[in-house]
Amino acid sequence: MNEEIQQAITALEERFSVEAEEFRGEINLTVAGEELVAVCQMLRDDFDFKFMEIMTAVDYWPEQEPRFHVIYKLYSIEKKLRIGLRVPVAGIEPKLPTVVDLFANANWREREIWDMFGIRFEGHPDLRRILMPHDWQGHPLRKDYPLGYEEVQFSFNAEEVDQDKPYAKE
Amino acid sequence: MLDQSEFAFNELRHLVSERAIKGETMLLNMGPQHPSTHGVLRLLLELDGEIVVNCFPDIGFLHTGIEKNMEAKTYEKAAVMTDRLDYLNNLGNNLVYCMAIEKLAELDVPVRAQAIRVILTELQRIASHLVWLGTHTLDLAAISVFWYTFRERELILDINEMVSGQRMMTTYFRPGGLWRDVPVEFEAAVRAFIQRFPKQIEEYEDLLNENPIFLQRTKDIGILDPEVAVKYGVTGPPLRASGIAQDLRKSEPYMGYEQYDFDIPTHTDSDTYARYLVRIEEMRQSLRIVEQALDKLPYGPVRSNNRKFVPPPRSELGTSMEAVIHHFKLWTEGFDMPKGSVYAATESPRGVLGVYLESDGGPKPYRVHWRTPSFDNLQVLPVLAKGHLVADLVALIGTTDFVLGDIDR
Repeated sequence: MNEEIQQAITALEERFSVEAEEFRGEINLTVAGEELVAVCQMLRDDFDFKFMEIMTAVDYWPEQEPRFHVIYKLYSIEKKLRIGLRVPVAGIEPKLPTVVDLFANANWREREIWDMFGIRFEGHPDLRRILMPHDWQGHPLRKDYPLGYEEVQFSFNAEEVDQDKPYAKE
Repeated sequence: MLDQSEFAFNELRHLVSERAIKGETMLLNMGPQHPSTHGVLRLLLELDGEIVVNCFPDIGFLHTGIEKNMEAKTYEKAAVMTDRLDYLNNLGNNLVYCMAIEKLAELDVPVRAQAIRVILTELQRIASHLVWLGTHTLDLAAISVFWYTFRERELILDINEMVSGQRMMTTYFRPGGLWRDVPVEFEAAVRAFIQRFPKQIEEYEDLLNENPIFLQRTKDIGILDPEVAVKYGVTGPPLRASGIAQDLRKSEPYMGYEQYDFDIPTHTDSDTYARYLVRIEEMRQSLRIVEQALDKLPYGPVRSNNRKFVPPPRSELGTSMEAVIHHFKLWTEGFDMPKGSVYAATESPRGVLGVYLESDGGPKPYRVHWRTPSFDNLQVLPVLAKGHLVADLVALIGTTDFVLGDIDR
């Protein structure tokens, strides 16, 4: 493990309950949701991980509890190092604090995770669906969401298909 | 049910300024069918006269659920979908997906395959920049550049067709190497391109570098502060034009990039013109890499010999029972991957293109997430556009160089 990453992990372990593991040369820390913002802040300000490379989620339903893991990868341009964070999130009313104030591109990424997994980010300035239509129901990347098909609406079957659409009717 | 437009306004009310609600500024819809939005991007603009006060990109019109679909296919079959993400960088998408699989499976890639991957992705980078240059200048009313750039892009697409049978949706890179070796004409075709292309770059520069209209439209337009760029996760040429020499090909070399001698072009002006200069210079550097890689292109196999992941060659099927078993297993079930998650990243023409791949030990990916450069680069557009004219917004959309297929996935 790289020395500077080791330093960062030691410093984090002193203050927070993080757990580091290495797999295929990548270092991932398991972080609790309540400590996420503070951990990110420390990594960004003290250890130069200013660049949020990815942010995504994985659904482990039904095998694992907590159901979701939200994954962050932070990158340091100067040190050329990458560190991953893994935040377990329980399945009932899943929520996490937002990191928009630290990394501005988290804005759309959190919207994407809300859209695809239904995890709410508290304090997010504009948590709307981003990829799916605004009136869509369900969160497609969840494992209990079937990979299904929507019938194509032509003029001859427009009304028929419309009846099965999920939006509210009068 | 609320009317669509009513819904849209109520939902977006908190985004626009007080002045828009009072009616002092105008809300205007741009796209998704507007020709200068490069695909199906919709922008909601708040305008004070002709000045952009606020700009809200609305994406998702091209969402095809590729991440969800990939979970339902075996690793090798899912590779076909990677071409469809960023349709100007198909080989680059194949590359990063294969790299993630190779990292997780600890699969080796023969040196010849690595060199061919480098040659083709660098050519693809040039092709992508040519599309950018053509469309960007077309938006700025310089139509002739478009014809020239597409003329040269055609040569690269011909090379793609020569190696893979397809001009765009190639799926030529496979886990552990390439689909097949390049044909004999490949080297001559690439050499002819290397010979021809430097003169063409000069031609573009003659048309644009000192063109007063082009300069007026691009100089001091959309200045991107380096700190803002890092905060917004901007990568690729826009980041380098802001003075930060960040390039994964140098900082974390993959596919043997460390053997090639090339520079990272940077600029400190951070405006649209600087981004133009950086991209033009990048084409020259890509050409240097291609030339070096072609000069020392090694001979040998183009696909790994690991039969647990790579199907045996056709010739073995007639003589080896084991080869038949492997062939059958790989094409019916696919290969089982070790359990775990990896992240592989490459430098695409637009920035950092990464794949987060998670496996549960089975033959299908448990989760694939694409870190696409356009997604983050587009987020900075509202920051760039603030205070500029609507006409400059068109230049800014061009200079961001996003691909909607890459954003919406």
